[in-house]
Amino acid sequence: MKVKSTSAKIGDWAFVILCVLVSIICILPMINLLARSLSATDALVKHEVYLWPKGWNISAYQMVLSDMKYIRAFVWTAILTVICTVVSLTMTTLCAYPLIFEKLKGRSAINIFITLTMFFNAGTIPNYLLMKSLHLMNTPWVLIIPGCMSVYNMIIMRSFFYGIPDSLRESAEIDGASFFRILLSIYLPLSKPVLATLALFYAVGRWNGYSDALMYISNPDYYPLQLLLYNILNSINTVEVATQEGFSSPGLSEALKAAIVMFSTVPILMVYPWLQKYFIHGVTLGAVKE
Amino acid sequence: MKSKKVTVPQRKQKPGAYIKRYWQLYALLALPMLYLLIFKYIPMVYIQIAFKKYSIVQSVWEMPLAANHGFEYFIKAFSNKDFILALRNTIMLNLLDLVVGFPAPIIFALILNELCFKKFKRVVQTIAYMPHFLSWIIIYGLALQLFAPTNGLINMWITSMGFEPIPFLNESKHWVGTYVGLGVWQNFGWGSIVYLASIAGISPELYEAASVDGAGRFKKMWHITLPGIKPTIVTLLVMNLGGILGSGFDRPFALQNTIVRDVAEVISTYVYKVGIRGLQFSLTTAIGLFQSIVCVFFLLLSNWLARRLGERGIW
Repeated sequence: MKVKSTSAKIGDWAFVILCVLVSIICILPMINLLARSLSATDALVKHEVYLWPKGWNISAYQMVLSDMKYIRAFVWTAILTVICTVVSLTMTTLCAYPLIFEKLKGRSAINIFITLTMFFNAGTIPNYLLMKSLHLMNTPWVLIIPGCMSVYNMIIMRSFFYGIPDSLRESAEIDGASFFRILLSIYLPLSKPVLATLALFYAVGRWNGYSDALMYISNPDYYPLQLLLYNILNSINTVEVATQEGFSSPGLSEALKAAIVMFSTVPILMVYPWLQKYFIHGVTLGAVKE
Repeated sequence: MKSKKVTVPQRKQKPGAYIKRYWQLYALLALPMLYLLIFKYIPMVYIQIAFKKYSIVQSVWEMPLAANHGFEYFIKAFSNKDFILALRNTIMLNLLDLVVGFPAPIIFALILNELCFKKFKRVVQTIAYMPHFLSWIIIYGLALQLFAPTNGLINMWITSMGFEPIPFLNESKHWVGTYVGLGVWQNFGWGSIVYLASIAGISPELYEAASVDGAGRFKKMWHITLPGIKPTIVTLLVMNLGGILGSGFDRPFALQNTIVRDVAEVISTYVYKVGIRGLQFSLTTAIGLFQSIVCVFFLLLSNWLARRLGERGIW
């Protein structure tokens, strides 16, 4: 047991205080937002709301929940996120698994084919023209297919697969199991940590993404939540939002903006802390070179 | 008599047997390869638009070559004031991100590493990872609530102390600060994960030996921890330098507004506005090509530099 000197102890506490300050900076904006979303209209107009709600009021949340346009976008984005996550995980597994077999002929050529796409991007306009010629513009598909596999995530999964002992695979091969069988009954059951990590990455990417919708979609019915949010936040001023959405008071629309931002954030904030130990591992795998 | 060299291996696998055994792997790969071919390689066909006069009725192959041996649009881009501005802003913002944003996760990882309360450390980590999971639109929403001139939290505090409100989002110089600051806020926690893992790989014996020699906290940090994570730092620095002319779209687009356009317009948002909204396809494809080539060049250059300096680089 080491005995620490007084100065070392003071040092320890100094670092604790530093970390508390950093944490406060991280969550301060969220607290401010929450306070505003729960505050009374006139308190907001008079600039009296700091970090604690003034004149408790949940009408902003009621308003959001009764706004069909918003609920629609929320549900649509949730569905889209689930579909994208499932499709992306499947594609990523399909790509990563065969590449761990050293005997696979053409493996190095395939690896080069894959890696090149990480270094050279054709650019915004060529991609846009491709979507146009594939007739994907203005369809929900354009939000799912073009981003359905990230090479970076594939490399994370491949690194994880490499970490699974070859002997497991080889004994199954001797028993006459097909490669497909080995994937299903050995690799996938052992890969829950990396699947959880990549599911989180893909889900967050889709939930938070908006640039593809901005570029490829003009039908507001298909707008994901973030794009709707962007339009709401950028409606020139609060009065305009108020009249547009049929609310009379600017203070309420202030609270409404806060409530909408809050709503769009909560799903992710509910999920990520539970997956922390997985994604830490995942990020580390991605940084490890072969 | 010279014996003929045996070129055929002892047990040669018949191609039929190989296919019979391995076809499943190729079948699994088919879909991802098709995806990469269509969505990553076929767009490269359209790059030639940069050298051609775009026309909506012709196919890419049939379009006529642009003036000046096809380089008309590159010349146009570089004589265009708006593009030069976007180019300058991209480099400026990325450099600031590098100078301010790159050391932040390293410093945070060093701080976390000094914490001796395990539970507390976990809580701090969870909180610090949070901003990474927010979209830039949401961060923009948060920034509006914090930094708005009259009713933003920070400015309410500033004015209540009797100072003038600061136009964080509506004045060019302050906007740059806000942009960089929000970038640090979003990334310092997430970025620290890699460094923490790297620190965890340093042998504890080194620290013990240093303690015996009487090295203090900061001496150990400087002489053991930092050299221990140097390869990781160099790798990430190479990747960051490679992206010095690259620019994400989500962050600048979400945070910019018309008042601060002179510092906020970057290449990606310029290409979006002039290309997709303004339909100047040839010009913006040329800009995109220029950007991609410079990115590859910078990546190769910084990797070469890292190797010259005795580090591993990224490949």
